[in-house]
Amino acid sequence: MSGLKRSTSGPGERLAALRGTTPQSPHDARAIAALAANPGCARRALLDGAGIDKDAAARHLGFPAPFGQSPFAITRGNAFESLVKADGCAELLRMLREVLGLPIAEVAYHDVENVGAHLRHAHTRALIDRAAAGAPGAGTLYDHPLLSLEIAGSTAYLEPDVVAFQLGGRFHIVEIKSFAVIDGQADPSAVAAAARQAAVYVLALRALLEELGHDPLKVSHDVVLVCPENFANRPVATLVDVRRQLAVLRRQLTRMTALDRLLDDLPEDLTFDLAPGEDGLPTRPPAELADALRRTDARYAPDCLSACDLCFFCRDEARQEGASDLLGRQVRDELGGVASVEEALGLADGTRHPAEGQEEIARLLRNAERLRKECLA
Amino acid sequence: MSLLTSLARLRALHEGVAQPIATVRHCHLSRRPMVFIPLKLSGEAAAPLAAMLGTDRDRPRLLVVTQPRNRDQRFAWAAELAGVLLPYVESFLADTETVERRNADPYERALDAPQLVVPNLGAVAFTRLLGRSTRFRRTDGPYPVPEEVPLLGRWLTYLGERASYPGSSLMPAATEELGRHWATGQSGLEDANLAALLHWITDGPTDDAEDPLIWPPAGPATDPGFDAEVLAPAIDSGSPERVTEALRTQLEPTWRLMWRAIDLLAGLPEGASVAQRWEQDRASFSGMAAAIAEGGPPQPRRDGAVAAAARLARMERAQAAYDVQRAYDDPLVMAEFRLTGEAFAGEVVETDPGHTEGEGRSRKLRPLVVVKTDDPVRLPAGTALGTPQRRGQGAELVSAAGGLVTVKITKGMGRGRTPAPGAVPEVGERVCYTSLTDDFQGSPALPESESTPWTHGGPPQEYVPNDDDAQEEWS
Amino acid sequence: MTVQQDADTRSPEQVIADVLADLPRHRGVVVDSPPGAGKSTLVVRAAAHIAATGEPLMIVAQTNEQVDDLVTRICDKHPRLTVGRLSAGGYVPPRRLLDLPGVTVGARVQDLGDPDIVIATADKWAWISGRVWPWAIVDEAYQMRSDKLLRIAGLFERALFVGDPGQLDPFSIVDGDRWSGLSWDPLQSAVSVLLRHNPDLPVHRLPVSWRLPASAAPVVSRAFYPFTGFRSGTGPDDRRLELATQGMGTVHDRALEEAARSGWALLELPNRHTVRTDGEAVQAVALLAARLLQRGAVAYSEQGERPVSADRIAVGAAHRDQVAAIRNAGLPPEITVDTANRLQGREYDVTIVLHPLSGRRDATAFHLESGRLCVLASRHRHACVVVARAGIAELLDAHPSAEPVQLGVPVKFPDGWEANQSVLEHLAAHRV
Repeated sequence: MSGLKRSTSGPGERLAALRGTTPQSPHDARAIAALAANPGCARRALLDGAGIDKDAAARHLGFPAPFGQSPFAITRGNAFESLVKADGCAELLRMLREVLGLPIAEVAYHDVENVGAHLRHAHTRALIDRAAAGAPGAGTLYDHPLLSLEIAGSTAYLEPDVVAFQLGGRFHIVEIKSFAVIDGQADPSAVAAAARQAAVYVLALRALLEELGHDPLKVSHDVVLVCPENFANRPVATLVDVRRQLAVLRRQLTRMTALDRLLDDLPEDLTFDLAPGEDGLPTRPPAELADALRRTDARYAPDCLSACDLCFFCRDEARQEGASDLLGRQVRDELGGVASVEEALGLADGTRHPAEGQEEIARLLRNAERLRKECLA
Repeated sequence: MSLLTSLARLRALHEGVAQPIATVRHCHLSRRPMVFIPLKLSGEAAAPLAAMLGTDRDRPRLLVVTQPRNRDQRFAWAAELAGVLLPYVESFLADTETVERRNADPYERALDAPQLVVPNLGAVAFTRLLGRSTRFRRTDGPYPVPEEVPLLGRWLTYLGERASYPGSSLMPAATEELGRHWATGQSGLEDANLAALLHWITDGPTDDAEDPLIWPPAGPATDPGFDAEVLAPAIDSGSPERVTEALRTQLEPTWRLMWRAIDLLAGLPEGASVAQRWEQDRASFSGMAAAIAEGGPPQPRRDGAVAAAARLARMERAQAAYDVQRAYDDPLVMAEFRLTGEAFAGEVVETDPGHTEGEGRSRKLRPLVVVKTDDPVRLPAGTALGTPQRRGQGAELVSAAGGLVTVKITKGMGRGRTPAPGAVPEVGERVCYTSLTDDFQGSPALPESESTPWTHGGPPQEYVPNDDDAQEEWS
Repeated sequence: MTVQQDADTRSPEQVIADVLADLPRHRGVVVDSPPGAGKSTLVVRAAAHIAATGEPLMIVAQTNEQVDDLVTRICDKHPRLTVGRLSAGGYVPPRRLLDLPGVTVGARVQDLGDPDIVIATADKWAWISGRVWPWAIVDEAYQMRSDKLLRIAGLFERALFVGDPGQLDPFSIVDGDRWSGLSWDPLQSAVSVLLRHNPDLPVHRLPVSWRLPASAAPVVSRAFYPFTGFRSGTGPDDRRLELATQGMGTVHDRALEEAARSGWALLELPNRHTVRTDGEAVQAVALLAARLLQRGAVAYSEQGERPVSADRIAVGAAHRDQVAAIRNAGLPPEITVDTANRLQGREYDVTIVLHPLSGRRDATAFHLESGRLCVLASRHRHACVVVARAGIAELLDAHPSAEPVQLGVPVKFPDGWEANQSVLEHLAAHRV
């Protein structure tokens, strides 16, 4: 899986400085889809904006991310994808007929991957342009089309593990995933992740059509999700409406342009440079990098543990600060304005006098403390 | 989660050890629980890899699929699992009691029932999928499976379904039960890690719990690092022993944790309503056994319209009862309602045990009790109340002001002119009253499935298990 | 589903005529009714229309108040119709009902004689069996869970379903994921399930809100009914709210003046994360209500001139503890204070709303549910004053979007985030 490369020009200079000598981390559609995972976190927004490899940073800091993929899962995923695409996507075609209810006689199959890398985007453009203007009737499958998306003023190239299907000038994004659909149901968080990712492609394809002077709405907001059915390898296709994910994505991309505000608040000399050596491994003293990161505001929540490479670093920071964020968004919200554990407990046992605005939470906490004491006596 | 639990979490974080959020145990614990730790093959929906199980903590059984992609081995594994589980389940069928019912024939209820204890909710879901992938199999025809496999599938399905039934203890998940009784200083998400949760409760938190090399995950998913560096080479080596030993290293630590979890729960006194809920579990278990004995078909893939509505009604009823019962059984749970003003507790400062209402024949004994409380009462006058101290009684809130609450006892006073001894609390007694009551009225009938109305798709096609189901690939 | 695309251009009268004409042609007819669009009027009209054919009719509503309200309205408009009000054992009918001629109250169908119309709550209907009515009207059908419809659908041959799709969805205390994606998911609304099984049934839409003033209809329509839309039945000059006495220049007075002038006001408190029962916000809500009464507000409308008395004011909040705290703040008891859940279907001259996201640090699905804000923002005939802490825009901006997606479940619109954003943008122009 490779990903996104962007041209640094224009407003990206400050971000480039944040990155320093570290090569820009390629974003894929999943990374873009993940922008919405914790938009309130300035640290993450800056790292993502600058294109820092968070995984490498986390490892260098001594807090490697807890994510890994089993070789069995990878093998299974690849095997399933090739099964779906076997014989010029014969199986895929069968499903598209069913799920779109279209009498698709036959389809052409273009694998854009066969074109040299530097030509792929241009080639994709040309193919899509022709198709959008296209003759009705003939369906076409475009495998690995190289699409692009404007992110914070620069162009990001998405290298898609995706298929675009076109019939009569209308496009559907096809997303192949190896989690199972069992009796019509699938893991809702897996489906959500697939939908967010597919939305990135829908948006990119729409942008391309628009740029080429076609109606962007020729790209359907219903994406075709292809998964193994039940316990077998046989694929099944389901339509997933990604309008909500599209709306979220648009919002997040708009926010990216507002990074300037965050950048303005940063000290001039701040950089997240990993200072990679000749072997590509970071050489910057980890403590220095940690210091730099701590100068940006993180918004740690336990959900980060499944969504962000830096999660263990930020959790450790929250622990050192004794932040009630550790206990989850709900607890934090319930405590009103009280951010620290120490403070909350002080208010509860009466050793701390409530500051202005803390009278109510203090009263509630004292009451809770009284009840706990009484019941556990 | 209430502020009371949040406070317990804060305290736990500060003290470095989990804090109790229950004073009694709210689940039934069997004298002979079966611990069941299943592992699945990564990337697959329901391909079993291994299971460690048994009723004797010193003698776990380890069942392994040494070539996970081999279909025959999977069914052999399922048959082996059946060989351990089915005798355990069936051992509870012999001893029964006859239960009389109104408007229905008496039935036989097992005196005890199986209890399959699993590590976490993932294990429950995986058990359900194992059930789903085996219950439609046939022992004859083109793809025969060992005889006990479809029966195992039906029991696994049953237990997995029952696990989502509020208050049931037939298939408890250790993390859930522990989490209901202790608050840790970490988030609910992190509590799903059995090793982490248990360390919080016993020795205090440790990051080792998140290190798969020290504490392998409790399943059903295995550690990706283990898959890559140990399991894959072992499978490729073609040595069943190597695969078995590799998986043993992943399961044994969790096995020890499971029994520790059971011991911890056993250390708590049982809540007053636990036996009643277990009785419902026993009845449900006997019903399932009877359905199998009568030769009924395997459970359908999904609920039909009528079955869904019926199940929802049962689950909602069970949830409501469970919530009320826990509060009545446990002052610390009741405290959550006291905190929000839906309950109050305090000392009786004044009574009028002979207070009556009405005249002549309709004159009724309605004793008054005044309670002094520090709790913020947020109940309007006229609210119907119940009390854990006298569960048969009903009361009504008359007035509440300045920390004094007047309560009128309206139900359960009998027909006498004076209250029976002990029926009215004495001055000085500590009492608790709450608007939380469990007065269920019964739910109205649903149509028969074959009379499903047009609004819901009309009568469904009757499900007949077919060869396709029996032959469904399992790969 | 045949959605009448031209509803916008049809007059309400035409829509009602179309609905009545459709009744004998289809087994079911659905009418979507945005807030205050004359849903009850339609129900009464349709009831009389069906009764006039001489065929018996059953009416299903969701709460006892709704049933009593409909009985009163029917008798008011059509005094010659006989109405049987079925009720559960513990129910005490209000005086006004017993005084109505032609109304019988009873716990069993046999006790009612043979009235033209039998009316009860869905819960009560579920206990009735052994008879089939040729016609039924199901009111508040979007707030009715489909398992309730399943229990009573055998009682009628054809039915008119009326309700507001923008309000709060039905819910359960148990997790219903196991049924998600099923066309008969018992946790879906009665209308969703009906239409999934009978996609060809006509769906009409009442196009005009008679309740919401010209200042509110476009705001509510845009935020909560983005694809269907409705307009107000009155023009900007048809409604007026006047405060009899001079203000003292306080923020509360200025908020009331802004609301009187424009129909909306946002009383913004300093940005702070607070507990749910934020004392300052609760105090502000109580003060606003008290000042509104003190200043002698008078409402002028197409219905004439009337003082905004306490019973014409409602205070809405998201949580029960907030409602309790506001009640404890010393409001006159005639002012309704309730949660969004319980304010559904009700109407007042002026509403004061504690914004669900006020003082929150993180928004949950509960807080963002579009139906909650929709109910709170659409109960008023004249003006709505919202009390909120600053910072909601930032909170929405920082909201993580990772909602799980269930296969086979139609996406519901509007999205809570978008609806909140839309209302907030509008309120920003009315900030004091």
